[in-house]
Amino acid sequence: MVPLPSPVTETVGPSLDTGRRYRVAVVGNPNTGKTTLFNALTGLSQHTGNYPGVTVESALGEFREDHDRFLVVDLPGTYSLAARTPDEMIAVSVLLGRGTGGAQPDVIVCVVDATNLDRNLYLTTQVIDIGRPLVIALTMIDLADKQGLCLHIPKLERRLGVPIVAVHAAKRRGLVTLRRAIRTAAAVPSGPSRPVRLPALVERELKALATTLSPQHVPPVFLERALLDAGGLIEGELDSPALTAIEAARTRLAAAGLRVPQLEVERRYEWIAQTVAAGCEPPAAPSSPQPSWSDRLDALVLHKVWGAVIFLLTMAVTFQAIFSWAVPAIDAIDGLFADIGSRVGGVLPEGPVQSLMVDGLIGGVGAVVVFVPQIAILFGLLALLEDSGYMARAAFLMDRLLAGFGLSGRSFIPLLSSFACAVPGIMSARTIENQRDRIATILIAPLMSCSARLPVYVLLISAFIPAQTVWGVVGLQGLTLFAMYLVGLLVAPPIALALKRTILAGEPVPFLLELPAFKVPAWRVVVFRMYDRSLAFLKRAGTIILAATILVWALSYYPYSEQISQEFAARRAAAPATERAGLAVEEAGERLRQSYLGRAGRAIEPLVEPLGWDWKIGMATLASFPAREVIIAALGTIYNLGDEQDEASLELREAMRAERRADGRPVYTPLVALSIMVFFALCCQCGATLATIKRETNSWGYPVFTFVYMTSLAYLAALGVYQLGSRLTG
Amino acid sequence: MQKTLAELGPSEHGQIHAIHGTDGIARRLAELGFTPGQTVEVIRLAPLGDPMQVRIRGYQLALRRQEAGRVLLASSGSSA
Repeated sequence: MVPLPSPVTETVGPSLDTGRRYRVAVVGNPNTGKTTLFNALTGLSQHTGNYPGVTVESALGEFREDHDRFLVVDLPGTYSLAARTPDEMIAVSVLLGRGTGGAQPDVIVCVVDATNLDRNLYLTTQVIDIGRPLVIALTMIDLADKQGLCLHIPKLERRLGVPIVAVHAAKRRGLVTLRRAIRTAAAVPSGPSRPVRLPALVERELKALATTLSPQHVPPVFLERALLDAGGLIEGELDSPALTAIEAARTRLAAAGLRVPQLEVERRYEWIAQTVAAGCEPPAAPSSPQPSWSDRLDALVLHKVWGAVIFLLTMAVTFQAIFSWAVPAIDAIDGLFADIGSRVGGVLPEGPVQSLMVDGLIGGVGAVVVFVPQIAILFGLLALLEDSGYMARAAFLMDRLLAGFGLSGRSFIPLLSSFACAVPGIMSARTIENQRDRIATILIAPLMSCSARLPVYVLLISAFIPAQTVWGVVGLQGLTLFAMYLVGLLVAPPIALALKRTILAGEPVPFLLELPAFKVPAWRVVVFRMYDRSLAFLKRAGTIILAATILVWALSYYPYSEQISQEFAARRAAAPATERAGLAVEEAGERLRQSYLGRAGRAIEPLVEPLGWDWKIGMATLASFPAREVIIAALGTIYNLGDEQDEASLELREAMRAERRADGRPVYTPLVALSIMVFFALCCQCGATLATIKRETNSWGYPVFTFVYMTSLAYLAALGVYQLGSRLTG
Repeated sequence: MQKTLAELGPSEHGQIHAIHGTDGIARRLAELGFTPGQTVEVIRLAPLGDPMQVRIRGYQLALRRQEAGRVLLASSGSSA
């Protein structure tokens, strides 16, 4: 993705003033402010791309210090180099320089949370052992001060052998010093000596392993990690003779009383305890009787009653924001692109170029941009929730509910957001640390009844579901709408469970969720996230959506029949001026029926007949695969009403009610309407969703799977509804 | 039966004796600081009864009872 010549070839050269290019990796525990620091370091230069040797996308950015350029990669947050998830393995691969063309980073920046030295230093000591030059960026210093912790930075630096720079990224403090420290570290050929020594017996085994496996060229650090991490992902990178040798070494160590993983963990924590005792004075009163404001806030937001009220309110606001606050912006974008389309259409002569420009290109770009308001609003709110610390509490509250379906509390927000729109919902699944949970969430998110389904329901319900009340109080129309929302909600849990037991089966990953102290969110973080997510969507998913729109335009435009043109030209010439507009609409309908799409609609008629549909419904449904709400405009065109119909159109309702089969029976009955609605509730008729799944999973397999399973499910459900319904009412 | 973290109620604390098992879950718990001798305190349970919010090494973590059951406590250290 990003041209990244090896630093070795580029740094060799006599000329000093051209500057060098160094690679910097930022690593740290989750919730340390790592990404905020990365954003502050690299500013708007960042982009997502593939770091050399790593196939998964990571965030890359750049900064300059004097004449030198520093390419920075933001590694996934991890608690340890003993990788258990693919995301953690990315961090390990980059730090160890594994993979094709991937040299180790020139400098590693280790982000350490000052309020949580013990646990953060665990990863730090592992990272020091890698042997690359290192700088520690110490975050949350202000919080540590408030907690009464007194850190002696020079003492900590001496003990670790690593320069420490205190930073406050959201307030742009410490960044200049940090950049300078990175540059200084880059000039050093190798890292500090390792502070935590492993038992002599372990070191002897490592030396022996290095000799035995020397033909395989396994770097010593890699071997050490593999030895210490039994059953970890790192073992997958070794061949079986190496694994056998390592296993034998572990057995010998265990016989001597040195068991993995305890031998590593306990050694490191012992060393950390001494370090923290020397470099950090605990608060004057060790267990302060006065709980912090964060603890008191916790008592409120996690309270059995108030916690639930606050949670529901927060979710209601989030949902409302994507569902309705975005509407004015969406309408404005729709209006703008319709306006541009009609202006351009007015200038260009009628024909394929005009149609491609207006319906294909401009319509396609509009179909992409229209998602931006929802994405920006959702990610702004999510950044607020995440940066304040509330997001972790929401996951804590909802975990029990989702655990039953093989998911965790982390899946709640992506699924809730998907009720407004699956595109931002799927993008927000990035907060789910466990990769398999994340994929399961992404795959069921499109089942949530999104706002684009609503117009379809509204049209069909208002036209075909009788406006009567049942049990004296509940309106049948409202009840039907509610049932449509329930369909996806009821189907999703068993599917999640089935996925977790089949294609996403694997070693259970524990749900261990850090609950960071509450803090006031930084507006920079919020604004940046809105900008960054919207841009990412436009760049990556946008191109696929645009391509899909143009494809569907072509299918509904070609083959362009000259016969129809001549026929309607003749009729227009004969007709009075008042009827010409009507003729144009009729011509559009005729063209659609004769197009490849129309022919496909006829071809699939035997397939949709058992659902109670005629070929026109089948064709309108086909036309709405790129975006389900298109069905309304498609029906409008098919019934010769023009494509500017909306769900409230009385004209369209009347036309649908009047539609008759060959034998004179109405095409649409309440049962047919139900069958269509159930199909739309479950089918993945959204090119944007599929494009987003492709982007977020970096694979075509998952969008293809989603499309196939949802379409099959929709078909079977609609078939069941119609067949069962006709027998019952029959 | 040895007492585990899963059996502690809100506001109770105990001293860690060991982590049960040698798999990835045991390793991750140890890496997060659940090491022998450390004190762990249950702050509260989630309103639906699971997971639990605990304090260990000065920070707070949520974990399910299933994982908490891996944390074996020293028999003497527990008190209300």
